[in-house]
Amino acid sequence: MSEMNYRDALNLALKEEMRRDPSVVTWGEDVALYEGSFKVTRGLLAEFGEERVKDTPISENTIVGVTVGAAMGGLRPVAELMTVNFALLAMDQIVNHMSKARYMFGGQTFLPMVIRMPGGGGSQLGAQHSQSLETFFMHCPGLRVAYPATPADAKGLLKSAIRDNNPVIFLEHELLYNSKGEVPEDPEFLVPLGKADVKRPGEQVTIVAYARMTVLALQAAEELAKEGISCEVLDLRSLAPLDEPAILASVGKTGRAVVVEECWRTCGLGAEIATRIFENCFDSLQAPVRRVSGLDVPMPYSRKIEKLCIPQKETIVQAVKAVMQGKY
Amino acid sequence: METKLRIVLPDQQLLKLYEQMFLAREFEERCAEQYTKGHITGFLHLYSGQEAVAVGATAALHRDDYIISAYREHAQAIVRGAEPKRVMAELFGKATGICKGKGGSMHLFDPALNFMGGYAIVGGQFPISLGLAFASRYRGEDRITACFFGDGAVNQGTFHESLNWARLWELPVLFVCENNFYGIGTEVHRSSALANIHKRTCGYDIPSEKVDGMDVIAVYKAVKYAAEKVRESGLPYFIEATTYRFRGHSMSDPGKYRSAAEHELWKSRDPLPNYARRLTEEGIADRKVLDAIEARCKARVEEAVQFAEQSPWPEDEQVWEDIYV
Ligand SMILES: Cc1ncc(C[n+]2csc(CCOP(=O)(O)OP(=O)(O)O)c2C)c(N)n1
Ligand SMILES: [Mg+2]
Repeated sequence: MSEMNYRDALNLALKEEMRRDPSVVTWGEDVALYEGSFKVTRGLLAEFGEERVKDTPISENTIVGVTVGAAMGGLRPVAELMTVNFALLAMDQIVNHMSKARYMFGGQTFLPMVIRMPGGGGSQLGAQHSQSLETFFMHCPGLRVAYPATPADAKGLLKSAIRDNNPVIFLEHELLYNSKGEVPEDPEFLVPLGKADVKRPGEQVTIVAYARMTVLALQAAEELAKEGISCEVLDLRSLAPLDEPAILASVGKTGRAVVVEECWRTCGLGAEIATRIFENCFDSLQAPVRRVSGLDVPMPYSRKIEKLCIPQKETIVQAVKAVMQGKY
Repeated sequence: METKLRIVLPDQQLLKLYEQMFLAREFEERCAEQYTKGHITGFLHLYSGQEAVAVGATAALHRDDYIISAYREHAQAIVRGAEPKRVMAELFGKATGICKGKGGSMHLFDPALNFMGGYAIVGGQFPISLGLAFASRYRGEDRITACFFGDGAVNQGTFHESLNWARLWELPVLFVCENNFYGIGTEVHRSSALANIHKRTCGYDIPSEKVDGMDVIAVYKAVKYAAEKVRESGLPYFIEATTYRFRGHSMSDPGKYRSAAEHELWKSRDPLPNYARRLTEEGIADRKVLDAIEARCKARVEEAVQFAEQSPWPEDEQVWEDIYV
């Protein structure tokens, strides 16, 4: 184990996989010479050279399409989109091509590729640079979606994503890049896709969260513990496939659930998860499931009101207390 | 003056070009019939009239070269080597289809033939063709990628993004624009500021030329030259083949936006009878030889229809297969 931040853990995952497998290549806007707008690709050009680490034009849809073609042609490409907001320009290649090439071609091809994209809000970047679009990708069959909360998971999940033979949308939270944690040094350390992780065991309420929401949920759980409320924090880690057995097992045990999502509330992943809980463990529920969500507004700039739009530790604490009191 | 055929190719291969064009035409015309009978459903875009492009171009490529195309691609797949019966079964939605009945007319694919797919999002194949070409270069394969598309696709963002990118990364891609002068019902002058499509590539420093896409030999020669250029230089090249579809955009289009006179003019340039005439005039085949070729093609397509009809539907469980590896 060694302590490192989320950015360096991702960087190490890329380096280890590129050392291990010469078919792994990476590209994106400002990825090579500039070493990434969030510096996740630092040192890659120097170590692996121009043919494996490439700068691309500002052509998001084509970045994804080239990655699809390269995967179809036998490589294991990892593309970076500068931020998730720009993935909207690439939705044609992501949804119309990458997610369904295998299916519509009758299983005759597979796409071992990863599209990395930083995202999330909270840095006063305004409406067009602060979005949480995870639900958009979860909605589409054929994609895997990962969104780590800790440096260790960041490393282990990215390595699994690169080795996986399916196309993976790999989300990274911009506010987590500097967060620190213990990371296994073993180059065979992998975190499986599709497996949630109990980040804090507890008895009375399950808080289902992911990425930065997991970090806030853990802070909320700590505070609630002082008031005698025992929370289990389940970190999804992968959003597609959802680890439904883990969610149901935890809620089956605690009998209460709060789902925390950074995305917009309407048709958000909280709605999906709450529904699955209602459908499958209605009898063990002692209170209705509650959602803590991003507000259904375009993100405002001013930090005073931006804060209202993103779940906070306090709003999670309130939601847990409401569930404990059976309030709805 | 037309080139003497024997200067271009040996007799055997000249006859093969005719056979492939005839097979493609016969296949498409039987598709139309099967659509009318309700055996083929959904969108059906036929290639009749454009055969010289697929046949001439494919003959000029190496068997290892990737081909990628749009949704009007039955002929391209068959000319590359796909079994007509498996393509027909695909159109019937049968489990024996080339994509198990999951793709349909617009999504043919066969990696064993290096036929890397039909795509139904106009312009969707451009970026993918670049990725394939990059993978070939990276893996040290002696392979180029031929990317086919229509005149309508050249106004998509992916076209411009991909031309720039192909030149920038020096990718071995041969772009082949099949200019049939219409994107559905919109004539090229109504959609393109510069309707002389091949001239657009100068903005991306990609050499280009225009070729008569109704003449299989002209297409063959142009693509042969272009493919060699791409292979030698590793750089992209662009061909615009002017052609015409004799049918509507798809089976649901009666094609009222085109005048009878225009249609007649292009009909007189039908690549099949014109090439047959040259073959006989130059003493490469007489009518008997051509008749035998035609009969063979008709039998193959008849067999394809029978095969498709008799093939089983996909099992219900298959709906969940092939989403993930
Ligand atoms: C992105 C997108 N927009 C619109 C369509 C609908 N559409 C299908 S074919 C077509 C015309 C394309 O014309 P062209 O590229 O010239 O090909 P052709 O049909 O002539 O072979 C259009 C507009 C589509 N399939 N995809
Ligand atoms: Mg057209």
